[in-house]
Amino acid sequence: MSQPIEFHPSFAERSKAAVNDAHLRQSFRGAMDFLQAKRRAQFPDAAALETLRDLGADIRRYALANLPALLEQLEAQLTANGVKVHWAETPDEANAIVLDIARRHDATRMVKGKSMVSEEVGLNHAMAAAGIEALETDMGEYIVQLAGEGPSHIIMPAIHKTKQQIAELFAAKLPGVSYTDNVDELIRIGREVLRKKFAAADIGLSGVNFAVAETGTLYLVENEGNGRMCTTVPRVHIAITGIEKVVAKLDHVVPLNSLLPRSATGQPVETYQNFISRPRQPDELDGPDEVHLILLDNGRTQAYADVQLRATLQCIRCGACMNHCPVYARIGGHAYGTTYPGPIGAIISPHLLGLADTYPLAFASTLCGACAEVCPVRIPIPDILIRLRNEAQARPGTTAASLRGSGAARTAGISAIWRVWSLIYSRLGLYRLTSWFMSRGRALSPTEQGAWTKSRTPLVPAPKRLRDLLRERQR
Amino acid sequence: MNARTNILARLRAAPAGVPVPAPDVAAWHAAAGDMDSATRIERFRANIAAAHAEVHDTDIDSWPALLCGIAAQKGVRKLLVGKDAPEAAALAARAGGDLQLVRYEKPASEWRSEFFDDIDAALTPARSALADTGSLILWPDARAPRLMSLVPPLHFVLLDAASIHTDLYAAMTAERWADAMPTNALVISGPSKTADIQQTLAYGAHGPREVIVLLIGGAQA
Amino acid sequence: MGSDTQRTRRYPPKPADAYLFATCLVDQFAPQAGLDTVRLLEREGIAVHFPEEQTCCGQPAYSSGYPDEARAVARRQLELFTQPWPVVVPSGSCAAMMRHHYPKLFANDPALLAKAVALSDRIFELTEFLVHVVGFRREDCGAPCTVALHTSCQARREMGVAETSGALLADLAAVTVAVQARAEECCGFGGTFAVRQPDISAAMVTDKVASLKESGAQSVVSADCGCLFNILGRAAKQDELAGRRQASLPGEHIASFLWRRTGERHEQ
Repeated sequence: MSQPIEFHPSFAERSKAAVNDAHLRQSFRGAMDFLQAKRRAQFPDAAALETLRDLGADIRRYALANLPALLEQLEAQLTANGVKVHWAETPDEANAIVLDIARRHDATRMVKGKSMVSEEVGLNHAMAAAGIEALETDMGEYIVQLAGEGPSHIIMPAIHKTKQQIAELFAAKLPGVSYTDNVDELIRIGREVLRKKFAAADIGLSGVNFAVAETGTLYLVENEGNGRMCTTVPRVHIAITGIEKVVAKLDHVVPLNSLLPRSATGQPVETYQNFISRPRQPDELDGPDEVHLILLDNGRTQAYADVQLRATLQCIRCGACMNHCPVYARIGGHAYGTTYPGPIGAIISPHLLGLADTYPLAFASTLCGACAEVCPVRIPIPDILIRLRNEAQARPGTTAASLRGSGAARTAGISAIWRVWSLIYSRLGLYRLTSWFMSRGRALSPTEQGAWTKSRTPLVPAPKRLRDLLRERQR
Repeated sequence: MNARTNILARLRAAPAGVPVPAPDVAAWHAAAGDMDSATRIERFRANIAAAHAEVHDTDIDSWPALLCGIAAQKGVRKLLVGKDAPEAAALAARAGGDLQLVRYEKPASEWRSEFFDDIDAALTPARSALADTGSLILWPDARAPRLMSLVPPLHFVLLDAASIHTDLYAAMTAERWADAMPTNALVISGPSKTADIQQTLAYGAHGPREVIVLLIGGAQA
Repeated sequence: MGSDTQRTRRYPPKPADAYLFATCLVDQFAPQAGLDTVRLLEREGIAVHFPEEQTCCGQPAYSSGYPDEARAVARRQLELFTQPWPVVVPSGSCAAMMRHHYPKLFANDPALLAKAVALSDRIFELTEFLVHVVGFRREDCGAPCTVALHTSCQARREMGVAETSGALLADLAAVTVAVQARAEECCGFGGTFAVRQPDISAAMVTDKVASLKESGAQSVVSADCGCLFNILGRAAKQDELAGRRQASLPGEHIASFLWRRTGERHEQ
């Protein structure tokens, strides 16, 4: 259960299939154009945006710099507030904690708010195996769960689907529902089905956007109200989050949430900002009797152990990096094969799943930097991608190899090519000779240049090098 | 406890990295500047309207009549009000005819099906509000429990215009949130919505389809 | 990724001497762009010095995950620019490597790091140098034409010079710069990305060629040869497959374009 993602077929095959799927390409292109324009409109003042990004990055960096102490403070505050805190090193441990709570309450029905960490640990499968129905209630998540899929985007899970596909899905899967592609009507149908589920649920599960150490507060944002349903209606609320999601002070959520919705979907603010600090108190008439928080590691401490890779943990899961990624726009989220797709997925997944299974993602980037340009907390994603490429090809047993799966991409052939390349370009005599031969022998340049000439005409050296032309000119 | 010990030990074993000074949110907020009260009211109005909520101007004496009028127009028959809530008393004097006041007296778990299926609207006060995002702040308590602003399809909110802050930072600082957080603090910006189907915005996802703000003292300002 | 913005970089006055770091692609595959760079600078009264020992900035290995191999090559280039003159690079991508990545590459060697940092301060992308240091203004002597501009991702995002190529073109009276969809999107080159992810790269460059053509431009100019080879190579392949004998999307380096437009005949 700990590795819910299977790497079959390979990333290369999945991305090729996705690139050639015209419908998918169009869905993503349209969505990306729309989201980019909406984000742009939210930040008309470039200088103000840069100041805000500086502050957002500082808040996240400050939290990480003090992470162990803040986690202890968070735990102490939450405990004092009556919230039970659990720690899990692995997905299996996290699922076991949830199951244990469920068993104590004889629970069989769980409603879920949107939580990428629950996807990461494969919670739905673990619950199903134990006879517990774990139902997604975010409309997008509900749609992909109904279709037997996973989310293709961390904020907009059903972004790959057209309304016609959703209409067919509802008509096929929901008793008594006939085909309609009217969006208001589809949402109304989802609302009616899920209301009954909320009312009948034993457990509500949610993620956490930020956990505030100062006050012991779980901060959750959403638009639909399903998150509030999950955290208020059932008698037990279980929140699950990565250990990196802590912030030091309550007021730190203000700049972060000024960045989050505007970067994510280009909306000024979410409908609901939900600050949960304790379970239902004796005089209160609603709210859960028990609130639990599960703090998950699952490889995050590996990222934390490296000063450069630690920046990966600054992420606030807005999805702007994928919304602006030209590779994501071409292949969509499923092709990545990981819970978190896109640029952030390429840099976080190696810690969750190991480099051996995930290094192709680090190479699936032109390093164009569009992700870093929009990242609200200034994660230097291209630099981290380069670092992961280094790690993936590091010689085993060297100090360069410090991650789980380091060296997995190393091949003798490619390494030899780069050694020869390095030799030629670091010795002028060799370079002169090689480039002279290439120019003189240009007629012999191969017309088939591997993958390059599948889509392009061959590269042919000029008859004379610049150094030749300059020398001639001086005569 | 083993997982806890291991995780914290690994974090503590990691190199320190570059020291990061404490972020200065106050300075950032101060640099953005403040708004006067009239601007706050105006911005609140515009922003919450953009988020698809309605704002009606009224005053401390006439809001019950206004609410009853709107309720009648919207076909509201059962209106949920808080037990012992002052606004419930004010409204009780006025309501009648087709509008029935239902008091939130029992724990939600004891009347869930009626609550979810039969209640048309709820009335709660707002603690305060935010100009920059057009948001309402609610601190639910026994007199206005959490689900009142979530389950009924229509949410009436009573708001004093004098309580509108510039933004969330101003509100949390002025109201000293960090000193004593409630069980559940809420910042609500319009009716529930979703754009999960082909980026098409639809209102009334799982929470209210409509949010109607009765703004007291906003017209005079 | 380090990045500049024009508000943070301070520019020196126009110098009497400057180095040219031509890049390996220009030396071997596009020498005309290098020659035209020299001519443009000389016409402005700048003596251009081309250290013969230069080869490559090291970026291909650096971005492919071979830092040791990149370092060996980069180290050679560190030694070449002994006088305190600016180093002009007719490529945003290679300029960004030398300006932003050299200090990272040599971070663990204090002596080389000091050299890398000192060099980094003197690295200028060509169009950046023309606009901010030279104050380039020459009369346009060419016939009216419409061109599209492709700015490389490194020029745009690492060097922070998204505007300088456009500013140079905007100064040319008879040149219209066509508006293209998604101008800021990557062309799909990405060094070894083009061969490592051939299908994704092909999809990206196909889209780029389409939006350049749809802009109504007669040709494309760019200050980066890597992007240019990718874009022009794709367009030429399409022509080949369609049996077109004339290039549907010709293009050239901005140095050559500027030199032609501003009166090559005036060369001393």
